[in-house]
Amino acid sequence: MKKISSLQELDKARQEILDRIDPEKPVVTITSGTSARAYGSEKVIDTLRKELKKQGLTGKIDIRITGGQGFDEREPLVMVSPQDILYQQVKPADIADIVSETLIGNKVVDRLLYKDAETGETVLHKMDIPFYKAQSPYIFGNNSKIDPTSLDDYIAIGGYSALAKVLRENSPEEVVEMIKKSGLRGRGGGGFPTGRKWESCRNAPGKKHYVICNADEGDPGAYMDRGLLEGNPHSVLEGMMIGAYAIGSDEGYVYVRYEYPLASENVERAIEQLRTYGLLGKNILGTHFNFDITVSRGGGAFICGESTALMASLEGKAGEPRAKHIHTVESGLWDQPTDLNNVETWANVPLIINKGVDWYTSIGTEGSKGTKIFSLVGKVKNTGLVEVPMGITIREVVENIGGGISGNGKLKAVQTGGPSGGAIPTSLIDMPIDYDRLTEVGSMMGSGGMIVMDDKTCMVDIAKYFMNFLKDESCGKCTTCREGTRRMYEVLNAITEGKGKEGDIELLEDLSWIVAEGSLCALGQTAPNPVLSTIKYFRDEYEAHIKEKRCPAGVCKALITYSIDEAKCTGCGVCKTVCPADAITGKKKELHTIDPDTCIRCGACLAACNFDAVKVV
Amino acid sequence: MIKFTIDGIEVEAEEGQNVLQVALDNGFDIPHLCYHEALEPYGACRLCQVEITRGNRTRLTTSCNYPVQEGIKVQTKTEKVIRARKLVIELLLARSPNVPVIKELAEEYSVGTPRFSLDNDDCILCGLCERVCREVVGVEAISFLGRGSSRKVGPPLEINPQTCIACGACAYVCPTNCIKVEENENERTIVRWGRTLPMKKCKVCGRSFAPWFQLDYFGKITEGIPKDFWDKCPDCR
Repeated sequence: MKKISSLQELDKARQEILDRIDPEKPVVTITSGTSARAYGSEKVIDTLRKELKKQGLTGKIDIRITGGQGFDEREPLVMVSPQDILYQQVKPADIADIVSETLIGNKVVDRLLYKDAETGETVLHKMDIPFYKAQSPYIFGNNSKIDPTSLDDYIAIGGYSALAKVLRENSPEEVVEMIKKSGLRGRGGGGFPTGRKWESCRNAPGKKHYVICNADEGDPGAYMDRGLLEGNPHSVLEGMMIGAYAIGSDEGYVYVRYEYPLASENVERAIEQLRTYGLLGKNILGTHFNFDITVSRGGGAFICGESTALMASLEGKAGEPRAKHIHTVESGLWDQPTDLNNVETWANVPLIINKGVDWYTSIGTEGSKGTKIFSLVGKVKNTGLVEVPMGITIREVVENIGGGISGNGKLKAVQTGGPSGGAIPTSLIDMPIDYDRLTEVGSMMGSGGMIVMDDKTCMVDIAKYFMNFLKDESCGKCTTCREGTRRMYEVLNAITEGKGKEGDIELLEDLSWIVAEGSLCALGQTAPNPVLSTIKYFRDEYEAHIKEKRCPAGVCKALITYSIDEAKCTGCGVCKTVCPADAITGKKKELHTIDPDTCIRCGACLAACNFDAVKVV
Repeated sequence: MIKFTIDGIEVEAEEGQNVLQVALDNGFDIPHLCYHEALEPYGACRLCQVEITRGNRTRLTTSCNYPVQEGIKVQTKTEKVIRARKLVIELLLARSPNVPVIKELAEEYSVGTPRFSLDNDDCILCGLCERVCREVVGVEAISFLGRGSSRKVGPPLEINPQTCIACGACAYVCPTNCIKVEENENERTIVRWGRTLPMKKCKVCGRSFAPWFQLDYFGKITEGIPKDFWDKCPDCR
């Protein structure tokens, strides 16, 4: 590909790419992001290539390898077009059938279709699957249309047209104004208005202005940014380029967490392609806009997702936050004005430019515009990445997209905002998802983790889990955060071990206050949220642990006893076979019993019993 | 000059100064452990928190790294400030129950026995040693290691620090006195870092007065001082 050195040449290049595409030619699309690879997608792809060769179909059918498409638990997904058939959980052994039945015979392989767990009905098309049907995939949906390693694919779907549009039609100030009017707010956690951030940075004096993409996604169970960077890196880079133009920056950084090798690889390749095409460097598209981007990989610390710690890490120092009495938009990376936005925020920018501010602001609520990608995980039937319009209720996400609670449990709470968010009880799940409403109820939007919990989840145990994470991930600089989170963990641990004392709840509240009020950065300032929200909505559970030495959810090992119901036990002996501690005795066809002193409360017998005879009290 | 108030009293400061320094210079009592006027403020111990009103927003914040601004209102003794100080002291006391400076603070603020299990750490991670070594001495022999509750200060890889000149500046600034310096006729040891260096004898009086390595380093970083200046002890210079 030769360099694209003007706006006209970009349009021409796009047309050339489109002209090369034969809409009649069959395409087999296979997902191969990190989740799919874990399920063996690379072998599936390899098998497909060999099978096509064997059948003499090489060249007659296109293979498109994409990033994840959200439905991670069903990976790898294989889509056949033009028929628009979706096969899920495909194994190498299924490939021969897909080729002979579908590609050659034009028939459907029923066993590979998505099957509704309740009705048993199969679904042929991707967008008819309930998980996808209720989504609004404006940002994430493009993952299914492109090979993330191909810049041509991105250009074919209109990529870099938003950049061309602003370079052609708008002054930097006008771009800032558009983003301000769009109401876009930071998708990484804080929810600060993006346009205002750009404006402050643009107006701040400095030798040089920097833009940074924060891809140090670290919340447990959340991987929205990974999904975007792996599946559509150019959308993020295009957003950065538009931002750099608006702010007046000629140098950008993508800071990717160490644990995301594929995301780093894809974004680095994308940058290299842009340089080859002349879309990064000097005089981009024949204009006066100069810009280049460098990828920097984190060292594995959660705290480096905090903006000042991230900048310290980029400068080669230890990732430790500093006080923000002077904002980073005025003095950030190497003390120069710096604009830092999250991956998903950047990916929203081309969409706003292309579709227009009016279109964008028509989606969402008064204070929260556009869509948000959530990672829907936990005790829900369908798990994965979902993109929904702001203002949708938590219930709609959990029930319509998630398909409700998995197993026979009942919904108890939904944790949003990752370890710094809070647990929202069932009584509030009809509330709309919106930055301000989530904060009002003691949680937060955060980066988009959404963990669904059922009635077998102990809320004290959950608070302990998050506090354990935070005490280890605190950088340790502030006494309040370092010592405070550690002491909160100790108190929570004692409660779950049956050593809770009268006054522990008040002690936790006291510690929460000083950790939140007295710490320097957002990690400490929000660290008590999981504890405070669970105390607020599930105080009775804390009291049961402390006063009655009882875990109502049957989770805390020190507070529960396993026994066998005499009336239900058939003496089949399955429990005895699976018990790893040899704690169960009993003869065949006679009542079995569990010795509480030997029992390690692992729950193996409970899971194995076919007669619901194992009780947890 | 920048004018603002501390506890209702108007004070003056220069651009670039921090609130804590101005308060201390004007005789206000704000407890602090990680601040030293010769070093960059760090904001780690969280003891120097005060309430600062700027515009219509009041918040609790550390005064050591808060830059002075025209018209701000600083309050050093509100209920919130005292509550924060007491909780910070309780956390520090649980970590270091046998450190005199912490015990004195606990007594001054009527903080009784902490509500947590007691540790016995003599370092409070204020980072003064690390900063003095880096910012003033300029050798960076020690740094913070680890994170969260396993954070500590030490030489790289926690082995005998090759760049340490055993000058003792770290021991001098340490508020808890947890960095001990031992000296005999021939050697000086910084016990905490495991660094022992031979001492130089004064050319005039023959007394051992400083490590060779330290004097060599000083000779290199200073200009216009005669070379034999570093051969004599301070008394004989």
